[in-house]
Amino acid sequence: MIELIQQYWQQYLCGTPAHPTGLVITLWLLIASLGLGFLLAVPLAVAKVSTHRWLAIPVAIYTYIVRGTPLYVQLLLVYSGVYSLDAVRSTAFLNSFFRDAFNCTILAFTLNTAAYATEIFAGAIKATPRGEIEAARACGMSGLTLYRCIILPSALRRALPAYSNEVILMLHATTLAATATVPDLLKVARNAASDYYLPFVAYGIAAALYLCISFVLIWLFRLAERRWLAYLR
Amino acid sequence: MLFEGYGRLLWNGTLETIQLSLLSLVLAFVLGLLGAAAKLSRNQWISFPATIYTTLIRGVPDLVLMLLLYYSFQDALNRFTDALNLQQIDIDPFFAGICVLGFIYGAYFTETFRGGVLAVPKGQLEAGAAYGLSRWQIFRRILFPQMMRFALPGISNNWQVILKATALVSIIGLHEVVRAAQDAITGTSSKGAYHAFFFLSVAGLIYLLLTSVSHIVFMALEQRYSIGIRKPEL
Repeated sequence: MIELIQQYWQQYLCGTPAHPTGLVITLWLLIASLGLGFLLAVPLAVAKVSTHRWLAIPVAIYTYIVRGTPLYVQLLLVYSGVYSLDAVRSTAFLNSFFRDAFNCTILAFTLNTAAYATEIFAGAIKATPRGEIEAARACGMSGLTLYRCIILPSALRRALPAYSNEVILMLHATTLAATATVPDLLKVARNAASDYYLPFVAYGIAAALYLCISFVLIWLFRLAERRWLAYLR
Repeated sequence: MLFEGYGRLLWNGTLETIQLSLLSLVLAFVLGLLGAAAKLSRNQWISFPATIYTTLIRGVPDLVLMLLLYYSFQDALNRFTDALNLQQIDIDPFFAGICVLGFIYGAYFTETFRGGVLAVPKGQLEAGAAYGLSRWQIFRRILFPQMMRFALPGISNNWQVILKATALVSIIGLHEVVRAAQDAITGTSSKGAYHAFFFLSVAGLIYLLLTSVSHIVFMALEQRYSIGIRKPEL
């Protein structure tokens, strides 16, 4: 057990600058997919609540499909499914993009979290008190200004508790990257477990680290809620 | 042939996925009820372990727990049988899958049921006691039906998560639908690489079908348990 820790502690946490592994990769996957997913989800949520059917229906279909299938299947589809298509392999840009496991993982995670976040944000936008919007209209706001100054700041705050849940679930989901050969925390644990035949210790260390990240995330969101949801307390 | 002769395999995989998720649901449901009862108990020796259970399980990714529990148990069992000079016992992956999934999602169900129980007005339970109902009768006739009403959206959510989590147990060697698709891909790789895309899409569609059907079932259940509730009219 001591040997395992001595041998693997660096890989669990950060690896080497040339080959980062473990915790660093897990956090990077989490931040990258959540960041990109958020940027994608906000406009999609606005489109989903739009009265234009041509905007709302495609978004609804997208979230329905993504939320109705396991992330593991989505990851396999992006990682090995898309690359099996001739059209992808013969295009230089797509070929180099989909050949890299890291790109595929980030793409699959982003599309997945964007769908869940879209639903959360769309729900929050729909629950915006009628009076807020009427007041904004009375002040002469419309379209982009209305969304930028009134609806989105209000809706994103109220979406915070549900979104924090999604962030924790996304942390749990990053472990799937290990199945696509990305050297994240779980992948290091798997290597350590098979090297030393100590599954309990190897996976236990990973579990403890994930638990710590979960607690830090929950604490951060509690701070954020105290700051941005102060008016609801 | 549309499925290149792998239709049978995919069908069996689908059945295994359904069995696995239903049995895990039953286990998680029971664990959830017990966990909620323990967590709401006034006795700290009972409520504290339940709090530890839900906190630990919900803070650690399900895939990590799955690998941790499955391989650790097998490892412990091997050491045990080695020590007694017995023949090695291999844990059946199907049984292990149900236990692990049930154990993990039991924690999520605990929280769902706890919320449901807390939402039932206390006076109702007191009224039941005042009528001389036994504790079991109060649970069966008053608490459970109303708790289900409040807990159903959460249960529906957890069920969809369990259904999708069964995709992960192919990693510990179960032949459910994702593994069936992967086997089909390996088997057809010589006939053209696009099969990978095709079979994985089929697996995705099967899941989409299962989640859609369960969505409809839960809508019906929600109606059943909200009998007697007037919906706010707009």
